Amino acid sequence: MQLVNQTWDLFKKEIVLEWRSKYAFNGVLLYVVSTVFICYIAFNLNPGFTGTSGYPIVWNVLFWIIMLFASVNAIAKSFMQESKGRLLYYYSIAGPQAIILSKTIYNVLLMSLLSLLALLAYRVFFVNTIGDPLFYFLTVLLGSLSFSTVFTMISAIASKAGNNGTLMAILSFPVIIPVILLLIRLSKNAMDGIDRSFSYGNFGVLLAINAIVIATSLLLFPYLWRD
Amino acid sequence: MKFIYQTWWKVLAVAVIFYTLVAGFLLGVPKLPILHETIRNTYFHVPMWIAMFTVFTISVIYSIRYLSTGKEEYDLAAVECVNTGTFFYVLGLVTGMIWAKYTWGEFWSNDPKQNSAAIAFLLYCAYAVLRNSIDEEQKRAKISAIYNIFAFPIMVVLIMVLPRMTDSLHPGNGGNPAFGKLDMDNRMRIVLYPAFIAWSFIAIWIASLRYRIRLIEYKRNEIN
Repeated sequence: MQLVNQTWDLFKKEIVLEWRSKYAFNGVLLYVVSTVFICYIAFNLNPGFTGTSGYPIVWNVLFWIIMLFASVNAIAKSFMQESKGRLLYYYSIAGPQAIILSKTIYNVLLMSLLSLLALLAYRVFFVNTIGDPLFYFLTVLLGSLSFSTVFTMISAIASKAGNNGTLMAILSFPVIIPVILLLIRLSKNAMDGIDRSFSYGNFGVLLAINAIVIATSLLLFPYLWRD
Repeated sequence: MKFIYQTWWKVLAVAVIFYTLVAGFLLGVPKLPILHETIRNTYFHVPMWIAMFTVFTISVIYSIRYLSTGKEEYDLAAVECVNTGTFFYVLGLVTGMIWAKYTWGEFWSNDPKQNSAAIAFLLYCAYAVLRNSIDEEQKRAKISAIYNIFAFPIMVVLIMVLPRMTDSLHPGNGGNPAFGKLDMDNRMRIVLYPAFIAWSFIAIWIASLRYRIRLIEYKRNEIN
């Protein structure tokens, strides 16, 4: 019960801080929209590409790559922006599990909002037909959940090891590759409108990876935060 | 830790490996389509992965023990197990690639099993980079132990689970012949299972030697 209360308080604090500055949200939103726009312009240098058979595949893969880099940028901040003094204050008022849980939940919320807005912006510039929009939407939500859980823990590790962006990328990419492979496969199925029953297995594996990542973060974070 | 200083299991492991070398080439094997005589590679390729899993598992155990006690030796053991595991990983990949050249036609044919294995290698390279990026010994030990525990389940998912979800050319995946009851007979089992155990012990031996060297270096650098 105490864990729930502490998590809820820290989560509210994250929201309030973000609401006051709106820095992370607006920054990453601008990052996503400008990346989409750059891709749009770059692909339009080759007229006639939209009609080719490779277009839907590129459409799907490009979306996930944009989301991958946007989420690395968004979530890398979650531990790195905290000053040493503020971290010390958290540790004196709350348990380690509450800290990592509140950060993870906050990042899930942030990433879900961002990826939905990104999907909207992406569909405005890159026209494509999606066979099963609801399932594609669900896949995007699940994707933002997976990105958040993995990157939050990795960002905690990277922030302890000298706070640099290279380390964040090196540590997180091998972990995220299986997730993104499953996501691309799932969303390709949704785009082609293939019957949903073919995707349940991949869905299950993705949820299982998330469960493993959350469980290991909860177990390992208490050892990480003590300095 | 007494165990790594004893001799009997090392002699036994070497003897069993010589047995699998001889028996692996001479004993009969079932005749299967596609595989034919290359099925003998099972005796040399799969034990490398089993040995890798053994030392990686030991490394995770020592990482957990390091986190709960904070003893420097446990960290050294974990690191040397990861180094040895990476070596066996490379051996496993190379034996697989040579086999793939003659069975599939290419050293690297974009097979899900090969790709997953390559990604898993990145995980452990990242572990090495992470260790190099931190100077302070205790902090390095703690953070790399945490990353090691975090990476292990992901590695298992990558190598054991994901390739089975798609069509892979690799035996055992996507309906290709492999370990199943129907594909392997007892002539193979009496070579394969001893090979698993013996190569695992060879890996433990190598890791324990490297650990002992590290321990001596660590003690010599100590300031008393």
